[in-house]
Amino acid sequence: MTSFWSGYIIVLTTITIIGAALLLFGNRTRPSDSQAKTGHVYDGIEEYDNPLPAWWLYLFVATIVFAIGYLVAYPGFGSFKGVLGWSGVGQWEGEVADARRRYEPVFAAWRDQPIAEIAADTKAVRMGQRIFANECSQCHGADARGAQGFPNLTDQDWIWGGDADTIHATIVNGRVAAMPPWGDALGEEGVRNVARYVQSLSDPQAANAQAAAGAAQYAMFCVACHGPEGKGNPLLGAPNLSDTVWLYGGDLATIEHTLRKGRNGQMPAFGQTLDADKIRLVAAYVYSLSR
Amino acid sequence: MTHPAAAEHPVYNYKVVRQFTIMTVVWGIVGMLVGVVIAAQLAFPELNFDSQWLHFGRLRPLHTNAVIFAFGGSALFATSFYVVQRTCQARLVSDRLASFVFWGWQLVIVLAAITLPLGYTSSKEYAELEWPIDVLITVVWVAYAIVYFGTIARRKTSHIYVANWFFGAYIITIAVLHVINSLAIPVSLTKSYSIYAGTIDAMVQWWYGHNAVGFFLTAGFLGIMYYFVPKQAERPIYSYRLSIVHFWALIAIYMWAGPHHLHYTALPDWAQSLGMVMSLILLAPSWGGMINGLMTLSGAWHKLRTDPTLRFLIVSLSFYAMSTFEGPMMSIKTVNALSHYTDWTIGHVHSGALGWVAMVTIGAIYHLIPPLWGRKEMHSVGLINTHFWLATIGTVLYIASLWVNGIMQGLMWRAYNDDGTLTYSFAESVAASYPGYIVRLIGGAMFFLGMVVMAWNTWKTVSPGAAPAAEPRVQPA
Repeated sequence: MTSFWSGYIIVLTTITIIGAALLLFGNRTRPSDSQAKTGHVYDGIEEYDNPLPAWWLYLFVATIVFAIGYLVAYPGFGSFKGVLGWSGVGQWEGEVADARRRYEPVFAAWRDQPIAEIAADTKAVRMGQRIFANECSQCHGADARGAQGFPNLTDQDWIWGGDADTIHATIVNGRVAAMPPWGDALGEEGVRNVARYVQSLSDPQAANAQAAAGAAQYAMFCVACHGPEGKGNPLLGAPNLSDTVWLYGGDLATIEHTLRKGRNGQMPAFGQTLDADKIRLVAAYVYSLSR
Repeated sequence: MTHPAAAEHPVYNYKVVRQFTIMTVVWGIVGMLVGVVIAAQLAFPELNFDSQWLHFGRLRPLHTNAVIFAFGGSALFATSFYVVQRTCQARLVSDRLASFVFWGWQLVIVLAAITLPLGYTSSKEYAELEWPIDVLITVVWVAYAIVYFGTIARRKTSHIYVANWFFGAYIITIAVLHVINSLAIPVSLTKSYSIYAGTIDAMVQWWYGHNAVGFFLTAGFLGIMYYFVPKQAERPIYSYRLSIVHFWALIAIYMWAGPHHLHYTALPDWAQSLGMVMSLILLAPSWGGMINGLMTLSGAWHKLRTDPTLRFLIVSLSFYAMSTFEGPMMSIKTVNALSHYTDWTIGHVHSGALGWVAMVTIGAIYHLIPPLWGRKEMHSVGLINTHFWLATIGTVLYIASLWVNGIMQGLMWRAYNDDGTLTYSFAESVAASYPGYIVRLIGGAMFFLGMVVMAWNTWKTVSPGAAPAAEPRVQPA
């Protein structure tokens, strides 16, 4: 703050507070006859000139005294920092440091333990669940069963892999899954045929001539990621199409939409925002869910 | 004595007052209905019917704009035009300009009702309307100021009555607030960007936002109080001296209170401190109006038993006292750390909006309608009483449920476990708020129902078939 603006604030603050006090004291005298009227009449309305109620006057004075005291103690009077040396940033830094001092040792207890072992420790898993509730449940749900587009973490179906280290890596680095849009390459008929074929991978009842026609195009466009039998590829985050677990939906219309428009899955990276020790507990909790 | 022009006053322009009076009731019903709908959406989200036009995010600004500027605004226009004429003993300076103010303001409201659900917004709270509408508001407001102050200038009384100080302060200040906060660079007819950025934009917004409360919803409605309470009670104002002190203190100190909306944000510490201490100093000046209103009744308390209109006015002052106590308390930083971002804030706003602004307006309108239409009294005094109880109980349910919700949310958000993790996820605090949302919906619906009763009573009073008063209450100028 420049000295000009500091002075500007000081002058305006002083005028306002002192002005309020002067206004108050200038009008505090008690008229001799409290039932005297001013003599004004407006549309039949008259006015008494009663004195200011004493309790009200003291309340007003008390707030002014408090204000002056507060501005001596805390920043507010221009660039004057206040005698307590308090600042908002300072308070925040102090609380963060305090929290670190108290809680870092709590989480550090499992620092050197493998995640699969942590997952067997009920206390650690409960702590991981609380972190999950605050950081992860917005997408994966409070019960970790996911929603459309957000994987269920309680089943055996893992898009990127379900071993302890992979789960940990997914949380730290995040994941970006890109299913390209194939609408232009396949054409509308191709989309329908391939969708039918994809459905037949998990549902033999769906196999028909249309599915058979789609198989050729599947072999051309889709095998690279999803594999010849539709088993998927965890290295690419390509889902298994031959099981009954569907991320975006397994009905024909949804599969067609996925083929036509593509899908973009985003798991944010928590490595920068969540302490390493906490991430290990969350990973252990997630690991424990499907076991 | 039954000729239709019985209400046409020989001296004053009552036409524009009648127009704004009717629209106060109409916009009250519209604005509060939208409020009931969005209150229901919070309890039952499917009520947005998956329509972008009925979404909470679009209906909420429609609700706030409708109740503040359409309902509250129409009430202020009606009463200020009535009061300035009667207390200055002078007709409005220009009937044509007064008519322009009426139709211009209705156009602003209609444009708001169209553009807000369509998603056109400047995204500034209580100032969402896009720049062409802002320009129209400015033009209408200047016309309003000319009519109002022109009438004061031609007054036949030597002094200016206290109600007119408050109306005058509100008219001048709202002009300044509206223009400075709405300054923006247009990129098209329907989109503009604020000329301020970041924290400065936030500070200008809340300087505007809190003074919209202070000058539109407080000073303006104190103007209403200062005329209609002594008239309805037929008692002199308690203290001229008190009105001077609290008027000047109120308008000088309200200006500083905005930063309390930005506690614990990027706003510099000094601004937060000043916002807090000035908000505390504001307590006594705010209560000055309440004292002057309530004490005016001394010697006439028995009238409360028989006069529901007076009851509206007095209960409004009680809610005014309560919310102007609550406000300074919530501006204390440690209290604010709990209350901020919770339903407590919404409850606080509504103890002012329903309990004070709407109730004092309703009382004033019930006082106004009979003389404006040349009737002896409202069609049914019993229905005024019904309305009074619906409004009072509705307000209490609304405020109490959001106190409970707000304090519960604040405590849930700050609860943490032995390991420092948060005890509750956000969604759990939403789920816990559900019963409160239901009670709030019931309270809001009761208040709305009261407005419907008022509309029917108003219609039965003013419709051509209604019996005119044996002696029209047209007093000599």
